[in-house]
Amino acid sequence: MNSKEAAEKIREMFPEEVREIREYNSQTSVIVKRDRIKDIIRYLHSDPLLNFDLLKDLCGVDYSGKKETRFEVVYHLYSLEYRSLLRIRAEVPEDDCSIDSVVDIFAGANWPERECYDLLGVVFKGHPDLRRILLPEDWEGHPLRKDYPLQSDLGEKEWKGYLDVIELAKKNMEFETK
Amino acid sequence: MPEQKGKLRKKELTINMGPQHPATHGVLRLELDIDGETVVKCTPHVGYLHRGTEKLGENRTYLAALPLTDRLDYISSMANNVGYCLAVERLFGIEAPERAKFIRTMASEMARISSHLLWLGTHALDIGAMTVFLYAFKEREWILDLFEMLTGARLTVTYPRIGGVRNDVSEEFLSSLYKFTDEFPKNIEEYETLIDQNRIWLQRTKNIGIITAEEAVNWGLTGPMLRGSGVDYDLRKYCPYDAYDKVDFDVPLGKNGDTYDRYRCRMEEMRQSARIIRQCIEKLPEGPVMTPDAPKFTLPPKERILKDMEAMIQHFVLVIKGPVTAPDGEIYSAIEAPKGELGFYFISNGTGKPYRMRLRSPSFIHASVLPLLCEGALVADVIANIGTIDIVLGECDR
Repeated sequence: MNSKEAAEKIREMFPEEVREIREYNSQTSVIVKRDRIKDIIRYLHSDPLLNFDLLKDLCGVDYSGKKETRFEVVYHLYSLEYRSLLRIRAEVPEDDCSIDSVVDIFAGANWPERECYDLLGVVFKGHPDLRRILLPEDWEGHPLRKDYPLQSDLGEKEWKGYLDVIELAKKNMEFETK
Repeated sequence: MPEQKGKLRKKELTINMGPQHPATHGVLRLELDIDGETVVKCTPHVGYLHRGTEKLGENRTYLAALPLTDRLDYISSMANNVGYCLAVERLFGIEAPERAKFIRTMASEMARISSHLLWLGTHALDIGAMTVFLYAFKEREWILDLFEMLTGARLTVTYPRIGGVRNDVSEEFLSSLYKFTDEFPKNIEEYETLIDQNRIWLQRTKNIGIITAEEAVNWGLTGPMLRGSGVDYDLRKYCPYDAYDKVDFDVPLGKNGDTYDRYRCRMEEMRQSARIIRQCIEKLPEGPVMTPDAPKFTLPPKERILKDMEAMIQHFVLVIKGPVTAPDGEIYSAIEAPKGELGFYFISNGTGKPYRMRLRSPSFIHASVLPLLCEGALVADVIANIGTIDIVLGECDR
């Protein structure tokens, strides 16, 4: 089944959930609400007529100020049998920034979900091990959000966190020599 | 303690492998819980090389973000460049001229050979076959010299452009590359005589790190990792880009999905790459290497910039502002990079910069499969498993 038919099929199965089906550059995107995303993904994965068995990519997008709902989690699904690509975009509002995890359907979603949490701050409910992945554990903020600055405003000044580390190191040194 | 006499005390041990471990091929850290020689739990830690390429890409024009892609998989930067240019071209509906397509195909296959040679050398070195490393690097040097001849750079080439390639190929380059494709298959045979029947090599690779076809698909693996398990999925064949639909080649498949099968797949891929390069040289059509239909993307030639006012203004506007007539849309475009599927997901909002640039890097997904491979295996096989997934941390961490 090609991606256009698959998109119509989702609309048929989940009429409440699908908000829009878009076509650009012969690629189909289905924009859905986040509440039943796991059911939608599971349906696409397990239905023998659709058989979207490869999760190519999972990422988040910040539409800060451009759309009503701020975030979107984008799933790129591919069917090896029918060789069709389908894009599912789930809308995630800012005030309750969370969505169901799909790790138990696609094992490969584990790290991309962690990355999305790390860089955009979207919480994946039911994820087995939701920690930061690319950034250090004590990092503040989520860099891929549009309100996160590209450069720090410290300019020539030294990073304060770094100074704390130096001070702590000095204190420890004193302790050791005594 | 008389009651403990004759009993060995058992204790689980946590060891830290990396980030500065020569076998991790970069800055990968593995936290291994071991019970004797067996790995009980393996937790990979990545991110030591995170440079925020996606964030940087959102703040640069489409033209200016191209050199960032070199620094992802720096072993095969040519393939990354091609993937990036192709994605932008698809987003804007630009078509590169035929000659440029053939040159790109040729160059990406050169990148595949250089990447696989590095993998072969280091993977064999890690698990105890020193000689093949020296052999593989001899040919890799040759490929890098050819890259230098073509682009002026050996590693970070930035050669393809949106709408074509930077400069045309010379006759001298083509004849040297043709000579390379003549000799290279014989060299592959040489490597195979070194390790293919070697008992130590076979024992350390056969039935090590087995991934079944279902597991491989479920984990989202691509490239030789997926084909080693016998799943026939190659973007060059099933979703052809550039000139791949005009050349003839086979897609090698494995059966058991173990380290040895993946080794066989990659060796065969190198042969096929040489075959593709040969056909590209033979079929190389005449014509321009930059498309004339996209003046909003292609920088005018340097000679014109120095003499012509209009060309200088165009150059200035393109570099500073970027193309202003961007469509409002999104695209996911992927290529078969040496490591697996390298995907670019662009969201454009009508300005000269992408609203969102997402990189789907194969190394990131392949590194996540390490616990599956390592848990229950021996510590020594962890090294073989890191080698077989063939990751580059620059691409994994982005």
